[in-house]
Amino acid sequence: MEERNIAFMFYALAIAWGLLFGYLATLAARQRRLQRELDNLRKIVQSQQEAP
Amino acid sequence: MRQKWIYVLLGLAAVLLIRNLYVILYVLPDEKEQGPIYRVIFFHLPAFFTAGLCYMAALLASLHTLLRQSSRADALAVAATEVGLAFAAVNLITGMIWARIIWGIWWTWDARLTWALICWLIYAGYLMLRHAIEDPTQRARHSAVLNVFAFAAVIITWKAIEWWRTQHPGPVLSIRGARGAMDPAMESMIYQNWLALLLLGAVLVALRLDQERVQREVEALRRQAHAKA
Repeated sequence: MEERNIAFMFYALAIAWGLLFGYLATLAARQRRLQRELDNLRKIVQSQQEAP
Repeated sequence: MRQKWIYVLLGLAAVLLIRNLYVILYVLPDEKEQGPIYRVIFFHLPAFFTAGLCYMAALLASLHTLLRQSSRADALAVAATEVGLAFAAVNLITGMIWARIIWGIWWTWDARLTWALICWLIYAGYLMLRHAIEDPTQRARHSAVLNVFAFAAVIITWKAIEWWRTQHPGPVLSIRGARGAMDPAMESMIYQNWLALLLLGAVLVALRLDQERVQREVEALRRQAHAKA
């Protein structure tokens, strides 16, 4: 019983940390993807403006 | 400069979280009836408070959006809501793990648990609604109205343990009138870990806000590119 109690405590703490830092990692990855998309779009719009 | 502050806050949050984890695991003794599993409360409660504060920030930002048609306030509302959902998920999952050991079940339709889940689903619905509306002005207005009404669920969730005495434990913190229900060292640890989670929450909201700004720029450029094509 005691072993299960300790194991579940570790699961809970690991999930709490995992969820929050996983979300942080997701945010960072999403930010990089958006920044790439923004750079691409800027190039497209710029080339459209330069085209006659 | 802003980026620097985000890194400083993130570093501070990480240091505090590691230090708190050490105290929680090695310094504080086991609770006499629950054993080691009671330590879940040091994340369960602070995550709930942090989610509540995020929802409150989202409420204020939504009201500002409705009154002033501010797109920045709308961005803050969505950022705070999403971060609030992450903390609410931590609250729900850690609570379920604790319940499996103490009650022998993962879930019960107790008033507090049910309202916490309803609350989570309403705010998840808010994020889904935003995806469904393309026009930015309409999206800001409709989702702000939903966000304002959604806060009623937060209040009900908060008060549920006082209004309905069901399976979930009643208030244990002295700030909620439960003097002596918890050892002062343990109660103090809850506030210390709340501070750490608040710092982390502030970082997450700031990052999500940046993302919203870039997202809006992307949407504007896409419209511009399509108009010229």
